[in-house]
Amino acid sequence: MTVAVLKLGNTKRKNVFLDKVKELLPDGGNLNACLTCGACASGCPATGLENMDPRKFLRMAALGMDEEIAKSDWPWMCTMCQRCIYVCPMQIDIPQLIFNARTLRPREERPSGILGSCDMAMRNESNSAMGASPEDFEFVVEDVLEEYQEAQPEFADMQAPIDKEGAQFFLNQNSREPVTEPDEMVPLWKILHLAGVDWTYGSRGWGGENYCMFLADDESWKKTTGITVDQANKLGCKTYLNTE
Amino acid sequence: MYEYYAKWIREGKLKVNSDWNKDLKIKFTVQDPCQIVRKSYGDPIAEDLRFVVKSVVGEENFVDMQPNKSNNYCCGGGGGFLQSGFKDQRLAYGKIKDEQIKATGADYCIAGCHNCHAQIHELSEHYGGNYPVVHLWTLICLSLGILGPNEREYLGDDLKEVNVFHPETAM
Ligand code: SF4
Ligand code: SF4
Repeated sequence: MTVAVLKLGNTKRKNVFLDKVKELLPDGGNLNACLTCGACASGCPATGLENMDPRKFLRMAALGMDEEIAKSDWPWMCTMCQRCIYVCPMQIDIPQLIFNARTLRPREERPSGILGSCDMAMRNESNSAMGASPEDFEFVVEDVLEEYQEAQPEFADMQAPIDKEGAQFFLNQNSREPVTEPDEMVPLWKILHLAGVDWTYGSRGWGGENYCMFLADDESWKKTTGITVDQANKLGCKTYLNTE
Repeated sequence: MYEYYAKWIREGKLKVNSDWNKDLKIKFTVQDPCQIVRKSYGDPIAEDLRFVVKSVVGEENFVDMQPNKSNNYCCGGGGGFLQSGFKDQRLAYGKIKDEQIKATGADYCIAGCHNCHAQIHELSEHYGGNYPVVHLWTLICLSLGILGPNEREYLGDDLKEVNVFHPETAM
């Protein structure tokens, strides 16, 4: 891997980006504490993509190479999996640094797939990255439930409630099932039924995806997540349950 | 969710067993989702996940990846990578995961997370491993004998006909 392109000693460079991120994080994310040991880079599956790795990324930020960072597509190839910080002897929050690098581009210049998914989620109150509306969702759930109650009489009493007040669990649902493979919702309903679990979906905020977060569009992220929280609170649910 | 599956099994509410796999001896490995394990609840929930998996497929039919739990490698499906448009890079990222799975010799990979499921499914096809990638709920219902013929999208041919609930409803 070549690092010869790093132009050292350029006094005009200011590490504005690094300083900004440090302000956001507790203890500045320890971003100044790097020992350059390379543990992060050796265990990162994104190492080598775009000729980048986490240690190099941090060095570039420390050297004030903000423009180069903004130009790189690599922040979109880091999955924020946090393996680097897990193995780092100094607990340096590289994933947060990378996440914030996503904001260095105007929103409309970020990857169109992620942008489109966030825009879909903002279209209605479902929070579905596939744009399914609350009405679509209710229709599919009721339709599939009825079908299975009839076809499998042992589950004639099975429920898949939407907006059930006071339910203990508020369950989310990835859009992929209701939109493209509705039968795949059923096994989980059966498990919940047999375990006697008191649960509900929400007509608002049922979507389990969070592409506005991936887009690093904090405002939209806050809005979509806010809908889910608001709905769960309105219904008086105690626990938010993810399907994973 | 895994901690609840484990709880309900321990409490006897989900009467799972692995008899269906006693003679078949189909081997399974499991992906620890970064979000749930390393980033949120740590090794205890990874242990619950294993307890559930072993309860439904049989202890002797489970093979762990190396490394695993909190130290597991990300599959490359997270952080928006699936929708970012950088497909070649995403597949390159996932090569470690594909090799890790193949090294277990397992017939199936269980993925409890949607992003992991989509990514590992693609890795399996792209790198030619062709191991099926399944959701955990599918196997729990299979072991309970309540998995219908139309709820088997992600099972391989070896399991399409096993323990079928209401086979007459096949579509
Ligand atoms: S593991 Fe930590 S200390 Fe070592 S190079 Fe990476 S960031 Fe620096
Ligand atoms: S969070 Fe990003 S940089 Fe860190 S190990 Fe994961 S992919 Fe690599």
